[in-house]
Amino acid sequence: MTYAYYPGCSLKGTGRAYEESLLAVLRALSVDVKELEDWNCCGATTYMSVDELASYALAGRNLAMAARENQDIMAPCSACYLVLNKTQHYVHDYPDIRTVVERSLTAIGLTYSDKVQVRHPLEVLLHEVGLPAIAAKVKVPLKDLKVAPYYGCQIVRPYATFDDQLNPTSMDRLLEACGAKIVSYPLKTRCCGGSQKGTLPEVGLDLIRYLLVEAQKRGADVIATVCPLCQFNLDAFQQEAQNDPKLPSMPVVYFSQLMALALGAPATAIGLQRGLTSVQPILAKKEIAYA
Amino acid sequence: MELKRTIKFEADRDYEFSRWISRTVGGENIRHCLQCGLCSGNCPLSLYMDYTPRRLLHLSREGFKDEVLTSSSIWLCTTCYNCMVRCPKGINTTHLMYALKQRAIQEKLYPKRFPIPEMARQFSRMVRKSGRITESWLIVRVLMRTAFWRLFGMSSLGLKLIHAGRMSLKPEKIERRAEIAALLDSVAATKKELAL
Repeated sequence: MTYAYYPGCSLKGTGRAYEESLLAVLRALSVDVKELEDWNCCGATTYMSVDELASYALAGRNLAMAARENQDIMAPCSACYLVLNKTQHYVHDYPDIRTVVERSLTAIGLTYSDKVQVRHPLEVLLHEVGLPAIAAKVKVPLKDLKVAPYYGCQIVRPYATFDDQLNPTSMDRLLEACGAKIVSYPLKTRCCGGSQKGTLPEVGLDLIRYLLVEAQKRGADVIATVCPLCQFNLDAFQQEAQNDPKLPSMPVVYFSQLMALALGAPATAIGLQRGLTSVQPILAKKEIAYA
Repeated sequence: MELKRTIKFEADRDYEFSRWISRTVGGENIRHCLQCGLCSGNCPLSLYMDYTPRRLLHLSREGFKDEVLTSSSIWLCTTCYNCMVRCPKGINTTHLMYALKQRAIQEKLYPKRFPIPEMARQFSRMVRKSGRITESWLIVRVLMRTAFWRLFGMSSLGLKLIHAGRMSLKPEKIERRAEIAALLDSVAATKKELAL
């Protein structure tokens, strides 16, 4: 089946490397996706604090357009994934919200549908493609690369649609299938601070610091993320958060970048050069001869 | 010497606020709150808050409107949903935080030049106009209105991001932008009609 790929705004901007690498992984594993035509912003967490009803309608438009194509949505961005899921739950649970969403969609010639499933790439890769099929396609095993898997909040909370709310393991297993070594990382679903770095910087930096320090303590070579905002926070504000030039830098990459490397995609095609903390030195040190 | 009464009288409480919170989406079970504190214990931001989530729930349902709406907690919440998934009584605390934010914005109870309401305003304006968010312009606009001097501090990061191809000044927009405006107008009309 073909999924309606819903990238969201971040994957066209700061999270471009996520899109590049994810599409490379899906291609290598023959998962068929087609970008949802004329998709709009999901409203993210910000819209919820001005007008939550409008945010359900905005998400509803994307759901309705996917339903018209008879496709399930694949949403890699954690915020998009949550907002779409949340909209489905709230429309189901609250009749008033359903009325608002249905009427607004009718006004633009669309029909709300409950049928669309919102899927996350981790889930599709793990359950539809499967670990044996992935392991069989690995060309460059990520041997001895110690990865701290960092999931962040919103793909597992509040709706644990495909993994545990506090100790998810889907990314761990996918990366292990690519030959990486997963270090125990108890902060895997702790908050990165979201947009707090922009609004209340001292608090945001604190939250970022804990995550980095813990990964270093656990002996990780690299942190793997599934969320464009987590990646941005840990990557772009790393020096500022650590505030200590002696501490080594900790590369922060998308799980899909590691998978794409293992599946033989060339580094420049999957945005490896886009990270502000460079991952190439550690790959060279581990003698991982990626394309 | 400024004298300030620290204890509230029964008559100071705002019952309308108390009723409102228990009728709000997510607050249906607020009367069942046990004050167990799992929400506060699991909240990664509670150590910075003036009222932790547990205290905030209690103050809200008892009608301490001013304390709640001027609290720093509602702006510190990053909506990580830890409180909600751990609550043994099914109180949707995260969603109540959203509701409190909206109410504080409506009643203009936030510090001057505070970036979060401005961020929300610019974000929704951009979505209405273009259907999508262009991160670079969103940041510039919010900082212009709240802390323009920080734009200079951030310029080196901005340049690095542009160099890495992660930040573009080209505005993102969708084709059928009129649909977004019509959609949002319809939401506003229904909201008014049903008094939501």
